[in-house]
Amino acid sequence: MPNPLYRKHIISIPDFTREELELVVQTAAQLKAASRGDLLKDRLLATCFFEPSTRTRLSFETAVQRLGGNVIGFADGANTSAKKGETLADTVRIISSYTDAIIMRHPKEGAARVASEFSSVPIINGGDGANQHPSQTLLDLFTLQETQGRLDNLTVAFVGDLKYGRTVHSLAQALSLFGAKFYFVGPEALAMPDYLCEELDERGISYSIAATIEEVIPHIDILYMTRVQRERFDEAEYKKIQGQFVLRADMLRSARPNMKILHPLPRVDEITTDVDATPHAYYFEQAKNGVYARQALLSLVLNETV
Amino acid sequence: MTEKVYARNVEALKSGTVIDHIPAGQGLRILRLFQLAEYRERVTVGLNLPSGHMGSKDLIKIENVVLSEEQANELALFAPRGTVSVIEDFAVVRKQKLAIPDTVEGIFACPNSNCVSHVEPVQSHFSVRVTEHDTKMKCKYCEKVFSKDIVVDVR
Repeated sequence: MPNPLYRKHIISIPDFTREELELVVQTAAQLKAASRGDLLKDRLLATCFFEPSTRTRLSFETAVQRLGGNVIGFADGANTSAKKGETLADTVRIISSYTDAIIMRHPKEGAARVASEFSSVPIINGGDGANQHPSQTLLDLFTLQETQGRLDNLTVAFVGDLKYGRTVHSLAQALSLFGAKFYFVGPEALAMPDYLCEELDERGISYSIAATIEEVIPHIDILYMTRVQRERFDEAEYKKIQGQFVLRADMLRSARPNMKILHPLPRVDEITTDVDATPHAYYFEQAKNGVYARQALLSLVLNETV
Repeated sequence: MTEKVYARNVEALKSGTVIDHIPAGQGLRILRLFQLAEYRERVTVGLNLPSGHMGSKDLIKIENVVLSEEQANELALFAPRGTVSVIEDFAVVRKQKLAIPDTVEGIFACPNSNCVSHVEPVQSHFSVRVTEHDTKMKCKYCEKVFSKDIVVDVR
């Protein structure tokens, strides 16, 4: 029987079952332990980035090439037919006739779902506006499994922009399949959206809101930091919250030994650089894991068995 | 005024559909959104009619048109207590209680201005979920969840 992700579109984390998430995580671990240069042999993939993204695109392209596949594509939408007014639907129809899969990023929310309705090959969502970025969540899950030895019943604090942070939303949704406990730490204006809290309530996931990072540190397995963007606030408001959601090394004294700090990157100033040298910092390894998680995802989508 | 008296004021329908118990103020919106005038059949609209249990209500009669079950259920988003009666030869042959549908396609625009459904050749598509206090609609494309009233107000 083919693996459950074979020839599937990868659009959104809520589309995944718990078993499918576990399969990606296990496959990523296997590929990190022993590389496979044959899994995408003779396969041609397109990376269509209608919006620029350094890390995601290079990480996907690395994943394809490390698995023996080839890549065509573009790094931003400025010089494509989209600029001439072609619909995404038409663009995707054509590119899907050239390649075995399309990895795409697009500034509009829902773009990957639309693409999947017009493509003859699997669409892999590399980010659609503020909506979803499933491969980020898969690499986050892989990193949780790698650092904690499990995905079940983890205690995770999310810090920063919980309102617009799509990585926060998707990871919370994914972990809700594994019975987690969450702390939300961030400015009131950037609180977790109601609809997500309702989803968590329905799944019986317990969460609480905390005012500071310090108060949650002794209780957690994972500290998931995100950036609070200055442009979301007016100057006076920003001054008030500035510095409140910044992690420094001296705040980590009460952390459990297994506690790891993750961040989807880029970091600006929400984690001071003295944290990098602590045993809790794991964000750079997390970014490296992006290649393995994407290798796992692509291998499963393009091979009946891995 | 009782129901009986007002009934005499609205012309009887030989065959077609009567949409009744529409909350007052929603009648014209339903007419527009469901493009009921586009059938080129005779349409009679009653606005602010007295109603025993609703206080006042709107009512729509369309000659020679029968709504599909799907269309009728979509009406439930505007008129949760609405009824759709199919009339043949001046008699009600079928009365349908409306049920909120699981999905709604093509009727509403997504309130999210950055949703791709506004610029691509696709129909809007919402999944509908009734919660204790509200009816929520989730866009299939941008995956944003809106209160029903926000979606309904957009167009």
